[in-house]
Amino acid sequence: MLNTWLHQHRLALRLALRRLSKTPWITLLSLLAIGIAITLPVGGQLLLDNARQLLRNASTTPQISIFMATSARRATADALSAKLNNHAAVARFQFLPREATLARIKTNPNLREVVEALPDNPYPDAFIVTARDDSAASLDALAEEFRQWPDVAHVQLDSAWVRRLDAFLRLGRNALALLDGLLAAGLVAITFNITRMQALTHRTEIELSQLLGATPGFIRRPFLYFGALLGLGGGLTACVLVTLATWWLDRPLADLLYLYDIRFSLQPLQLRDTAVLLGASTILGWLGALLSLGQRLRRT
Amino acid sequence: MIHFDCVSKRYPPGMDALSALSFTVAEGEMVTITGHSGAGKSTLLNLIAAIEKPTSGSVLVAGQNVGSLSRTALPYLRRRLGLVLQNQQLLFDRTVFDNVMLPLAITGFPPKEAAQRVRAALDKVGLAAREKALPIALSGGEQQRVAIARAVVSRPAILLADEPTAHLDSATAADVARIFHEFNRAGVTVLIATYDAQLFPAVRSLHLDHGHLIPSIPEHSLTRASC
Ligand SMILES: Nc1ncnc2c1ncn2[C@@H]1O[C@H](COP(=O)(O)OP(=O)(O)O)[C@@H](O)[C@H]1O
Ligand SMILES: [Mg+2]
Repeated sequence: MLNTWLHQHRLALRLALRRLSKTPWITLLSLLAIGIAITLPVGGQLLLDNARQLLRNASTTPQISIFMATSARRATADALSAKLNNHAAVARFQFLPREATLARIKTNPNLREVVEALPDNPYPDAFIVTARDDSAASLDALAEEFRQWPDVAHVQLDSAWVRRLDAFLRLGRNALALLDGLLAAGLVAITFNITRMQALTHRTEIELSQLLGATPGFIRRPFLYFGALLGLGGGLTACVLVTLATWWLDRPLADLLYLYDIRFSLQPLQLRDTAVLLGASTILGWLGALLSLGQRLRRT
Repeated sequence: MIHFDCVSKRYPPGMDALSALSFTVAEGEMVTITGHSGAGKSTLLNLIAAIEKPTSGSVLVAGQNVGSLSRTALPYLRRRLGLVLQNQQLLFDRTVFDNVMLPLAITGFPPKEAAQRVRAALDKVGLAAREKALPIALSGGEQQRVAIARAVVSRPAILLADEPTAHLDSATAADVARIFHEFNRAGVTVLIATYDAQLFPAVRSLHLDHGHLIPSIPEHSLTRASC
């Protein structure tokens, strides 16, 4: 039973491969059309990933400044130090004792007079915290947490840049999702049409098979393999195109960015993304063929 | 095995291809369907294979009403029939072997046994040596024999042939007729539509005239009135 099933699928696959190889130019051009269509969103994803990488590298990571109350005692500050040390969301931090800040200010001759006229040290103890996760949301949450801590007078988060980056990435992601949707529809449309042409070419074979007692499943099977193979081949073509483009652009881009003092190398397509891409294109090709045949087989 | 009960077939513009047909073909019987061109021979065979549905009346094949078969049951009826169609409908991009293999591939026959059966079927029609040839390289008679091999390879209980000897010279036609006789002797119920009844002497003949069954025994004409 299982053997029969496997055998039937092997036959269908072989038939699909034979049909593809019988019209090599049509197959090649179809693969190129699908491949180029997929290259757009895949290239977009690659650009977005790399842009995120580049922005992270090029800008200083956002930091949170914690200012203690001037009345706070050093023991409280030490306790906060220990707390920050053990905090899961904190990557690293720096403690700025108020004496050190005062000393630094006094090196500026203009400010020195003003500061020395004051009876007390006007500067509080402070911490400069770098968070592990630099998304705007988690930075906001962390700052809010710090505000609740004892003797904390003021927490300052320079989030404008983070928000800008976030907005930019969100726009990029949405644009990509749109592109993905368009591509998926395009891929289905392409395989739909090619499968339809195939079904027309093999009309006698379909009709004859029906007369000989073939079930719709049997007739559909080689065409589904045909569509899936087109999708898979198109996906592979896209991978090759994107890899070639990465290779082609990596050097000049690195040279250009070097002039801005940024060291950067284009990241190629990740293995996981490649797997998702190939899987999705195969399924979409299969779907295009299925829709195309559903229409045909119902009519006969 | 095959039973027609008051069967009529009308094609869309209002043309009656078959009118009030009633007859029975017994299991293991061989019958020819004769009549002028346009008499309704092909239509009759098409009704048995459920290629067409009767406008009225019922067509029973092995007790099953084929006119009311569901779409999912249809393939399984067809697998019990061997069809030799008017145009042989061979696939010209496949070898003789693969053409004959098609019905077995459809039913999911185990490949090794299938190959044996294909060779046996080709042997029966005298084409064992041509299995690797493409149909285009065969003569008309040889193509007709490939179609017959394809019809019998799955060992159907019923064999339907629509003018299998048309366009064949008389020697080849006699040869094809002999093959059908052999299958019938092996127990297959055989229905052959032909304009040339002399090829099948001593075989019961259903004679059609403009869609009416012309009875060979007069009193049978009474059955027509009962429809
Ligand atoms: N699909 C069809 N649509 C309309 N008329 C048809 C169709 N098939 C056959 N006919 C008509 O039905 C009659 C019987 O045809 P057919 O069964 O093919 O006769 P035969 O096979 O005896 O020559 C003919 O007049 C033919 O024109
Ligand atoms: Mg005819």
